[in-house]
Amino acid sequence: MHSSTAWLARPFRERATQLFLGILLAALATVTLLNLALPAGHPLHISTYTVTLLGKYLSYALLAVAVDLVWGYLGILSLGHGAFFALGGYAMGMYLMRQIGDRGTYGDPVLPDFMVFLDWDSLPWYWLGFDMAWFAFVMVLLAPGLLALVFGFLAFRSRVTGVYLSIITQALTFALMLAFFRNEMGFGGNNGLTDFKELLGFDLRSDATRLGLFLATGIALALGYVLCRAIVASKLGRVCVATRDAEARTRFLGYRVERFQLFVFVVSAMLAGVAGALYVPQVGIINPGEFSPIFSIEIVLWVALGGRATLYGAVIGAILVNYAKTVFTGVMPDAWLFALGGLFVLVTVLLPKGISGLLAYRLTPRRLQREPADPSSPHREAST
Amino acid sequence: MTIPPCLGRLLALCLLVWLPLSASAQDDPGQALLEPLDAASYARMGEAIEAIIDSGDARSRGWLEALLGGKLHRHKDTGRFVMVLENRGRDWPVADALTGEALGEMSRRDLDRLGINNALRGQLQGALAVLDLQADGVSERRQAARELLGDVDASLAEPLEAVIRAEQDAEVRRLLQQALAIHRLEVGDVAAVADLQGSLNSRVRAALNSAARSGDPALAEAASMALADIEQKMKLNRGLETLYFGLSLGSVLVLAAIGLAITFGVMGVINMAHGELIMLGAYTTWAMQQLLPGQPGLALVLSIPAGFLVAALAGIAIERGVIQFLKGRPLETLLATFGVSLILQQLVRTLISPLNRTVVTPEWMSGSIMINEGLSLTLNRLYVLGFALVVFAGLMLVMRRTRLGLEVRAVTQNRAMARSMGIRATRVDIMTFALGSGVAGLAGVALSQLTNVGPNLGQNYIIDSFMVVVFGGVGNLWGTLVAGLSLGVINQVLEPWAGAVLAKILVLVFIILFIQKRPRGLFPQKGRAAEG
Repeated sequence: MHSSTAWLARPFRERATQLFLGILLAALATVTLLNLALPAGHPLHISTYTVTLLGKYLSYALLAVAVDLVWGYLGILSLGHGAFFALGGYAMGMYLMRQIGDRGTYGDPVLPDFMVFLDWDSLPWYWLGFDMAWFAFVMVLLAPGLLALVFGFLAFRSRVTGVYLSIITQALTFALMLAFFRNEMGFGGNNGLTDFKELLGFDLRSDATRLGLFLATGIALALGYVLCRAIVASKLGRVCVATRDAEARTRFLGYRVERFQLFVFVVSAMLAGVAGALYVPQVGIINPGEFSPIFSIEIVLWVALGGRATLYGAVIGAILVNYAKTVFTGVMPDAWLFALGGLFVLVTVLLPKGISGLLAYRLTPRRLQREPADPSSPHREAST
Repeated sequence: MTIPPCLGRLLALCLLVWLPLSASAQDDPGQALLEPLDAASYARMGEAIEAIIDSGDARSRGWLEALLGGKLHRHKDTGRFVMVLENRGRDWPVADALTGEALGEMSRRDLDRLGINNALRGQLQGALAVLDLQADGVSERRQAARELLGDVDASLAEPLEAVIRAEQDAEVRRLLQQALAIHRLEVGDVAAVADLQGSLNSRVRAALNSAARSGDPALAEAASMALADIEQKMKLNRGLETLYFGLSLGSVLVLAAIGLAITFGVMGVINMAHGELIMLGAYTTWAMQQLLPGQPGLALVLSIPAGFLVAALAGIAIERGVIQFLKGRPLETLLATFGVSLILQQLVRTLISPLNRTVVTPEWMSGSIMINEGLSLTLNRLYVLGFALVVFAGLMLVMRRTRLGLEVRAVTQNRAMARSMGIRATRVDIMTFALGSGVAGLAGVALSQLTNVGPNLGQNYIIDSFMVVVFGGVGNLWGTLVAGLSLGVINQVLEPWAGAVLAKILVLVFIILFIQKRPRGLFPQKGRAAEG
């Protein structure tokens, strides 16, 4: 294990990563077992509905890991990661739309229903190729990756950082939301893409496919986690942390800071795209709502609640907040926004290190507690 | 004296017909005017209409309108003239044409309609227009003259000229001259083009358009030259209109952003709840109008200080409750205030209603000022534009000329130094934040006159506001003003060919690209203040 692959292997030697992967795989196995082995009436049986719900949480968790990679380790608060998530989702959605074939309401073998409804007579050029799975899967990575590349190149080159970057990422996702709401864009407008039938030949409504999607999401989360961990632990990751804590100083040491920022930003956007692609077949719809600035800010809250710059904290935060959301919106929908708003305030004011900060505090021996590993108040120069 | 039996029977029938009519009806000159209408030929009917117009009878307008609308009938048995009030079903409610007295319902089989043909219809329309031209009020006469444009035919030309000679108001005369000119144009008079030169009225343009396509080359030539001239004028008008709408949109952006320019630009605090402070101002206006029913104007004026106070108090609560604990951590401040914005929105939804509330526009703010026939400015937008400028000027005064402004600038430039000079920095923080928030409240009061007041009101403005502040250059009030107004105008200029949504997207993309080029905005701060 030398040379080129050594950096990828390193995470597996870390205690925390082993623990995380162990718990995740155990959870995946348990859910599978409880879903398949137990009869429907058994109190411990996990229904397919719940499995899909958990799959949705896992795709959110992957998205949160992607955000934590740029926010926690690069100091870039992206308020537009929902855009990358949605782009990946739309790429997958376009493939699923083409898979419907002539089983749509209007029975057109090529055009999706909404295009027939709009009286379009042929597919727009950007829909070409989405009937092939490999092409769609490449686009899941490429579409968000390219957007992040162009946007990041422009932003980091001109050293737009801090609050300014946050605000323009928010403007980016807002502009995309407005664009995707337009019917003329050819992405289904307001209603988005929905009514999917099958993925790679598997019926999306069957229990087996749903369990498979859940497992695939879990594995994608594990792989994404390992990838992020590997990046963070590598020399590149150390430069990133240095950039986060003292950008100008890192620059003066001779590092081309914007290249590191750009690389990590693009990787993060691609991970978000994968999360979106796994999310869409499980919830069965993708619409411009995923581009809304509020959703993007919510993702940041998951990370903040779980604890910045830990990666596993992002997973915990995403699952906790979304579980709470499911419970609240079911029991008392009015209270959810109060709870969410309250969480934002409480976490930032009282729990700057999030839940993982609490855990770490409990688990760390007392003599080591003075160690300044606080990502939320780095020794940052005045850059704004 | 012997009467032949047949004649006698006829006489009896006549008596029978006449008997139900009261004595007064027979004396009524109206009866004599209406009687000839029931003539055998349309030509005779035309004469009868002329007679009615010449009579000057106060009821003639009603008769002619009823005749035009097919509502004037004659009872088959009694010969009485009636107006049908509603011709639906089998029995129609009718009223006496002479006295206006309601006669209950009559079977439609008993009624004979006084029918007209197209020539008569034209004559009637013209006659009604001429009647309107004799109204007492100037504005009614102008309206009538405007409606005549394009409707003048040979039969009307002569009476119109008489009307023009008698008319006192220059505007009415001008309009009537144009109406006559259109008629002359239609019959091929080249000289008429000169009278229509430069008019922006759509009917004038239509007449010139058809003249430009006519067979007469001299006429066509003159008409197309006049049209080109008019087109030029219209272009200018459209330009002015776009500018006005752009400035109006810009003034809204400035109002929404100017408070942010204080809290974000000067203090460096990212307040994502700024939009909700705007919303609070708008709801204050609504609440004021609920408190003072029937006096929307007074309520609106009172809500200017009230909206400022409510938003400023909310701002102080946010500053004390959240922001003071997050000093020097801008990203966390952003998240926490976003949480506050969610809570405020939900609070309004729960306490008031998730639906939009209606805020009444007082009378002195509704309507519009007409600059010329192609351009009119809506009053409420004009008021908001003025209000935005006043608020801006007031804020400039506070920042430049008051003790508070001096202290704010001192604290933002060098907090430690300011404190050691005896400035109570915490108090200045609170006051500044209250000022910025209060201005957001003022924006809400103004916005309540232009858009729907609902829980999402603020959300729609927060991103735009940040864009304006960043585009203009953080910490620079002038920058905010210029950025807001110019973004508004750019948006309106793009809208006609790109559509509203695409225009907005283009503006956002433009700003995103602009910030890459000049990260510190249009007017970057220089010197020590920039180091903050």
